[in-house]
Amino acid sequence: MIIRQSQDVRPSEITSEGVYRSRRAFLAGIAGTGLMAAAPDVLARALASAPPAPSPLRYTPNPRLSTTERQNSWEEVTTYNNFYEFGTGKADPADNSRGFRTRPWNVAIEGEAEVTGSFTLEDILRPHPLEERIYRLRCVEAWSMVIPWIGFPLGDLIKRFKPTSRARYVEFTTLLDPQQMPGQRYPVLDWPYVEGLRLDEAMHPLALLAVGLYGKVLPNQNGAPLRLVVPWKYGFKSIKSIVRIRFTADRPRTSWEKALPREYGFYANVNPGVDHPRWSQKRERRIGSGAFWDRQPTQMFNGYADQVASLYGGLDLARNF
Amino acid sequence: MTAPGEGLARFVLKPLVLAGCLAPFAWLAAGAAGLGGVSLGANPVEEILHSLGRWGLNFLLITLCITPLRQLTGWVQWMRLRRMLGLTAFFYILGHFLFYVLVDQGGDLGVIVEDVLKRPYITLGFTGLLLLLPLALTSTKGAMRRLGRRWQRLHRLVYVVAALGCIHFYWQVKADVREPLLYVGALALLLGWRWWKHRDRLSHAARAPFERAA
Repeated sequence: MIIRQSQDVRPSEITSEGVYRSRRAFLAGIAGTGLMAAAPDVLARALASAPPAPSPLRYTPNPRLSTTERQNSWEEVTTYNNFYEFGTGKADPADNSRGFRTRPWNVAIEGEAEVTGSFTLEDILRPHPLEERIYRLRCVEAWSMVIPWIGFPLGDLIKRFKPTSRARYVEFTTLLDPQQMPGQRYPVLDWPYVEGLRLDEAMHPLALLAVGLYGKVLPNQNGAPLRLVVPWKYGFKSIKSIVRIRFTADRPRTSWEKALPREYGFYANVNPGVDHPRWSQKRERRIGSGAFWDRQPTQMFNGYADQVASLYGGLDLARNF
Repeated sequence: MTAPGEGLARFVLKPLVLAGCLAPFAWLAAGAAGLGGVSLGANPVEEILHSLGRWGLNFLLITLCITPLRQLTGWVQWMRLRRMLGLTAFFYILGHFLFYVLVDQGGDLGVIVEDVLKRPYITLGFTGLLLLLPLALTSTKGAMRRLGRRWQRLHRLVYVVAALGCIHFYWQVKADVREPLLYVGALALLLGWRWWKHRDRLSHAARAPFERAA
């Protein structure tokens, strides 16, 4: 009897990536319990909690619109999230979105546009070549990351639906599904989550619709299958898991503005000169970078002032925060 | 002669509770040093800051449980734990403040002064710490003796400190107030119990002369 032994198979090929990645957590789990007898149980848990390996995407890098700053790790980007639909703790989205179904997925196009209706995600994505853009993300909570998104310009999608001359704003809505999104079972915000942009902001080349990060399909906790990325605005503007895009004549009422109008405005442009009522916005903590205690100065429009400042000529940014 | 259960309280319960008091700190220290597989997540500064504050509030409320526990069980030895628990609360709250000053804000005095003056939740938290300071300083047996009846009056400040701590927490969260409300509820229960007991005592005192006459 011949037992063949293949020498050229790497461990990462036989082990699914998720499990492979969780090997440290698995070892830490063993060390933590200190009970080797509990090992099979620990293994079972490690396997159950391993996220499915994300599939790779085809894309071209866009260095012109990318920062060269040090990128945050996959681990940081996918375990420290604000996605209240899956819970308000930073680790909740990764924990609670494992079974979230992103197929089939439809996006409704509504309002002041010549082309409206319900489109499958495939219809939405088909004509758009994907590119990688490495953007800074500045959260309103005064922390920041650098993330390599995969996506396409929002403006290219909008052009397909031919907004009418009455369209001045674009409103986005997240899926409402308390069955799948446990965070929606409590009225922390007025669900579903709604965000919006002025049409000229939405048409800006930096505004991105993302379907992936780090070259892979967007993990659920990061807003799968389709999310907005507006790098010059605070993170909460970059709405996740979008199911509706509506063109309107009137300014949409956005979720955070509705919840706490004194603290969160419609524009939410990153601005070190305008403090949040409860904390300073002058500086930010870059996650996983520098010394433990370092904060770095926050830049106007998150460092994208050269590209976007012209959108806000004549607008009092202290009033329109 | 020793009171019932004194040995149990002094030599078993107290060391166990002390270990419990230090455990959260040990956990955070291990996480900060990257030891024992403890992970503080992607934002360890925020995690440590919030944990220290939360444990400070936890131990304040646990300290306030001692009197009701004694009254409910009739076992006076619970009182042996009170000072240790109170000082533990002070330890975590002071740590929360120092960590905010030295690490979270990197010792930037300008920002810190602005925070304390301009931001109500920080003003309240800071006031709570200032009020807790005299309580920690007068927690020795000597101070208790010297202050006599005034000691108890002074230490009732802990009710104010706990209330300030709860409001500080409530005002700090962005939108999800469920957890701070839990603390408010627990504090209301603990203070409500005292108020009820106090009323009970007053009505007993009022009735007592007649009972004696009868």
